[in-house]
Amino acid sequence: MIHIHDLSKTYNGVTVLKIDELHIPKGESFGLVGNNGAGKTTLFSALLDLIQPTTGYIQNGEAKVNESEAWKSHTASFIDESFLIGYLTAEEYFYFIGELRGQNKADVDKLLAGFEDFFNDEILGKRKYLRDLSKGNMKKVGIVATLIGNPEVVILDEPFANLDPTTQIRLKGIIKKLASETGVTVLVSSHDLMHVTDVCERIVVLEKGSVVNDIKTSEATLKELEAYFSKESLGVNEI
Amino acid sequence: MIKHFINLEWKSFFRSAAFQTNLVLKIFMALGALYFIGIFTLAGVGAYFGLEKAGLEPLETINRFMIYYVVLDLVIKYMLQKMPVVNIKPLLLLPFKKAKIVDFALGKTMLSFFNIVHAFFFIPFSVVLIGQGYDPVHVITWHLGMLAMIYINNFINVFLNDAMPLVIGLASVIIGIGALQYYGIFDVTPYTGAYFQGLFEQLWMFAIPVVLALVLYKVAHAYFLKRLYLDQGLSAKAKEATTENLDWLDRFGKTALFLKNDIKLIKRNKRSKTTVIMSVVFLFYGLLFFTGGIESYDNPFMKIFAGIFVTGGFLFSFGQFVPSWDSSYYPLMMTQNISYEEYLKSKWMLVVIAAGISTILGLGYLYFGWEAYAAVFVGGIYNMGVNGHVVLWGGAYIKTPIDLTSNKKAFGDSSSFNVKTLLITMPKLLLPIALYAIGHFTLGPVFGYALVALAGVAGFAFRDFMFKKIIGIYKAEKYKTIAAYKQKN
Repeated sequence: MIHIHDLSKTYNGVTVLKIDELHIPKGESFGLVGNNGAGKTTLFSALLDLIQPTTGYIQNGEAKVNESEAWKSHTASFIDESFLIGYLTAEEYFYFIGELRGQNKADVDKLLAGFEDFFNDEILGKRKYLRDLSKGNMKKVGIVATLIGNPEVVILDEPFANLDPTTQIRLKGIIKKLASETGVTVLVSSHDLMHVTDVCERIVVLEKGSVVNDIKTSEATLKELEAYFSKESLGVNEI
Repeated sequence: MIKHFINLEWKSFFRSAAFQTNLVLKIFMALGALYFIGIFTLAGVGAYFGLEKAGLEPLETINRFMIYYVVLDLVIKYMLQKMPVVNIKPLLLLPFKKAKIVDFALGKTMLSFFNIVHAFFFIPFSVVLIGQGYDPVHVITWHLGMLAMIYINNFINVFLNDAMPLVIGLASVIIGIGALQYYGIFDVTPYTGAYFQGLFEQLWMFAIPVVLALVLYKVAHAYFLKRLYLDQGLSAKAKEATTENLDWLDRFGKTALFLKNDIKLIKRNKRSKTTVIMSVVFLFYGLLFFTGGIESYDNPFMKIFAGIFVTGGFLFSFGQFVPSWDSSYYPLMMTQNISYEEYLKSKWMLVVIAAGISTILGLGYLYFGWEAYAAVFVGGIYNMGVNGHVVLWGGAYIKTPIDLTSNKKAFGDSSSFNVKTLLITMPKLLLPIALYAIGHFTLGPVFGYALVALAGVAGFAFRDFMFKKIIGIYKAEKYKTIAAYKQKN
């Protein structure tokens, strides 16, 4: 589904991202982990054609993202609050996204009905503009909006951050279901190793912009990741 | 302590996104500031000799009209001057005394350009007064009194942060009083003039405004100190959301989706509401031209100029910031399946409809004769046909993120000013004047009006071409624009 080839991004001579080859097949739930500055958000931004790669390209479906816009119709994403329109209510926002994705109000309502639990009665019918919601509730709106219109690729940057424990668990259920039942390719980045190993079939570890580990998730993965990241921190202490 | 504050201010100024633009822009900003300083200085020196030449006692005349100056200053301050609460939050947790933080915030407002600029009027004026043999002590106390008046305004403005109706009310009262005076019904200036004149004649009187300014400082200080909590003075007020049914717009097809959004954008955000108010103000701009109140405006070319402005208030103030209105969610727009053409068409329709409404409201200018309305009417057609595109074209180069929730900096956003947009401004104003001139000098004024109208009608034919061009710019500038919108002011 997604194919990254010889991708690099350099700012003022500093390479912040360098991935020679990465292939994400259709229907895979793909996890991205790495410390701050490892290049996770840069990679997602490049994937969404929000930044221009210095070299190489990313292919999403049939299209190279920086040449064609065909990928936009099957890709949905939530990176940060700049994906929300602050002066709309949650419903208006969902309908707006719905219309952009060829869904009428009834379609959107049907989808939203399935997320009543997830919203915990704090989002819909609240007479509040999105800009006045708490960070966690904003995130819920953004995440659910990515599911409107049956996308084939869903990209979520740090979806678990800012969410309460109940919602985190529910979100894990949603992501798992997406990949396993509907064949959606889900890309998730997170700092929470436990959550990522729970929901992702495959986990890629980034460090200073490069892929340093590419793991197929198994029982041992969490331990492996923990060992990797604690080793890194030991390394710092030794200096 | 103060050293830290100053250090922070220094950095926030020189590291702001607006400042780190190109050199040309900085030069323009400096020129702009110098221009204002020059105007005020000239006014300060010129006022004395001008009035003397007109056979009036300069100081007395200035004092008579000072009330308008002072009130205008307050209105301008309200419109333009930023309030200090914005940068306070991060300081709350640091080991600063709260009183110090408030002192700092208020002190910052005192050093604002909007206060300093008056010095360039009052200092030269006072110097001239002394030079002309007025008693220096009296001049100095008068000067101090005026200074205090400016600072009284400054502190009143601190309280007025969210009192639009009050300010509009105040402005209308002053306009009303001004009108009464103009038509000779009631003249308020002898009463207020006596006060300002008193500041000069009675040495002790300057203490009144000075004490008042100090008291206001204390009150403002106490007011902020009490509200220095996140859920009080520093909180953003959340208004209850209103929803409206805009389904009637669906007849516009796919454009309706964006049109509905744009209408919500305008209705629900402070900054865009200010824009609408501005366009109403522009409607009255023509009065300056058609009443013959200002001599140099009283010629047919300036009337075309007026026509463009009267009908183009919204077009200019809203249109030139497309796509910046959507800056806070630009990444969303760029990753959704959006057709640029429909997006642009929606904005285009908004400005064209607004220009159309202004043209109709401009019917009032018929009062000044058919020629006045002819200028407004052809100006309207030109705006709809030509400027509707040109303004969007210019907007494509403006990469200033707009903070929708704040109505400060609604005008004179320095970073929105660059050479490209300046060049694109030319055809908006100069071309119709040139067209009119051609007609005026060959076959007469009517032909001139016809030429401008014709250009407007012809402009519609180029819509698709212009849209294509603008879309090209949007695509070429996409990454730069996203990066620029990420920067907050």
